[in-house]
Amino acid sequence: MLFAHGFGCDQNMWRYIAPRFEDEFRVVLFDHVGAGNSDPSAYEPQRYSSLSGYAGDVVAICTELELRDVVFVGHSVSAMIGVLAAAAAPELFTKLVLVGPSPRYINDADYVGGFSADDINDLLESLESNYLGWSSAMAPVIMGRADRPELGEELTESFCRTDPSIARQFAQVTFLSDNREDLTAVATPTLILQCANDAIAPVSVGEFVRDRMPNASMVLLNATGHCPNLSAPEETAAAIEQFVRKLAPALR
Amino acid sequence: MTSSGSEALDAFYEALLDDDARQLYDRAPCGYLSTAPAGTIIKVNQTFLTLTGYDREQLIGQLRFAQLLSAGGRIYYETHYAPMLSMHGEAHEIALDIICADGSRLPVLVNSVLERDVDGAPMVVRTAVFDARMRREYERELLRAKQRAEESEARATALARTLQQTLIPPTPPAIPNLDVAAAYRPAGDGSEVGGDFYDVFQIGAGDWVVAIGDVCGKGVHAAVVTALVRHTLRAATVQHAEPSKALWTLNEVLRQHDTGRLCSVALLRLRQADGEWTGVVSCAGHPLPLLRQPSGTVRTVGKPGALLGVIDAPHLHDAQISLPPGDTLLLYTDGITEGRSGKDFYGEARLVAAAACSFDSAEALTSAILSEVLEFQAGTPRDDIAVVAIRVPV
Repeated sequence: MLFAHGFGCDQNMWRYIAPRFEDEFRVVLFDHVGAGNSDPSAYEPQRYSSLSGYAGDVVAICTELELRDVVFVGHSVSAMIGVLAAAAAPELFTKLVLVGPSPRYINDADYVGGFSADDINDLLESLESNYLGWSSAMAPVIMGRADRPELGEELTESFCRTDPSIARQFAQVTFLSDNREDLTAVATPTLILQCANDAIAPVSVGEFVRDRMPNASMVLLNATGHCPNLSAPEETAAAIEQFVRKLAPALR
Repeated sequence: MTSSGSEALDAFYEALLDDDARQLYDRAPCGYLSTAPAGTIIKVNQTFLTLTGYDREQLIGQLRFAQLLSAGGRIYYETHYAPMLSMHGEAHEIALDIICADGSRLPVLVNSVLERDVDGAPMVVRTAVFDARMRREYERELLRAKQRAEESEARATALARTLQQTLIPPTPPAIPNLDVAAAYRPAGDGSEVGGDFYDVFQIGAGDWVVAIGDVCGKGVHAAVVTALVRHTLRAATVQHAEPSKALWTLNEVLRQHDTGRLCSVALLRLRQADGEWTGVVSCAGHPLPLLRQPSGTVRTVGKPGALLGVIDAPHLHDAQISLPPGDTLLLYTDGITEGRSGKDFYGEARLVAAAACSFDSAEALTSAILSEVLEFQAGTPRDDIAVVAIRVPV
């Protein structure tokens, strides 16, 4: 199982979920380039100017680690990154779990993504004012922990801290992308986990994704907000287990 | 207890009579609200209501805190703030905009703590909201100033690069029947204009001039003098066949120009007659050119002369050079030999050794020297580097 975190955070997003699958699966966690403890020097603005750059990384991870029969679990923008990866290399993936997916955040004619283009500018401003406290001297301290990959308390210091210029471009790529057309091409069995009150990916968007993908079902969680993996790990993990487990519960 | 201590305590108790817990909460100098783990507002103080213009009934049990935020703030809340709160149990100094009852935006700074029950399940989130209008306006000004500074820095760098382009020929130098190459690298990261220059130009049939030089100093003022030097040399070499006389003229111009700038130049006049190349070189305060013979022997040519711009009558000499096929002349600036690695200079010995190696073309020689000198200085030259190689084909 390959877990991918969304915009704003890092692999710690999965700390309450991923360990539950270690009995049956090889569990792989990673930080997108620019997030968490990734090497910021690997960030190339050109490569990461669209989600396909990130999808390329997902495929590269599978290839490098020789992963087969991959269950991809992607949160937020990584849901679409997973869809793009599965479109590019369908043979790698057996199942997709999309947590709070949205193929398009901006409203477009009849399509309600939930946001206007101005809202996204508002977000960029919000990012900017929240990074005033970011000092370039601190950056290496926060980011440079690649040598200590264990899940320790100190690692969460980097949680939700991204280099400002990278965060800005990632925000633009995330919220300005339009991947509605990519959904129909992915026939991999897919589970959509949708929160009841998600300000970022409303229920109607989850339903849109379900209806466009040939082989997708949706579970509506009681959890509110955009991060059920943190706010309701029990419910989230149970829904994923239902979908991915092969072993009967009694055998575990 | 001292008497002043007991007086202070009495005063405190007296004040507290009018400042009960209810007032401490409602009239706190910050907005204060409590939300259920799912975000619904369950308690709010008067200061928050006054700040935002909402009635208590509009908020309690009705709205989630995130719903009071601007759209961008809501995304930030969901993607950063809420995850941070649930991971660390607290979040500090988050800048958000609250949309007030009348639709106006209130910039705030927000601190939150997450209270958990004995089993670790989230119970309540307590949030303090500080009016940040003044601070945010100040921060916007800072951001604008920073952006302006970045823009003018980018403009200055672009200007420096453009100016730098005017100090060397726009195209790689070429002389018929000779193999000519040049390499040029301004000091540092290229954001400043250097003082080195070179030029290769024709006077007549089989009659060419190669000039290389270094105007003391850097920046725009040095670049102005460098342009003057280049154009003066072009004019003076038309008038005077002997390089030393052209340099003498340049010295007069520099002295009259009153710039106070000093300048070193190596000036080479190349002539081809009956298929044979010969040269005359004059050096003014400049490193003597190197001559490499096909055997690999490298020696200096010319005689040292005085730096230009210092005195009215500098001692300058002309030296004749014969250039049989296979010979290579190398003209360079002191940015090469004075390239430093710690206390160690690159020096003439290393340059001579580099020139002694065999190479296929003038271009191969100049690039080899440039990369060796750059490597010696770990990629960032402290001084400008200019080098011109002229090879007589076999």
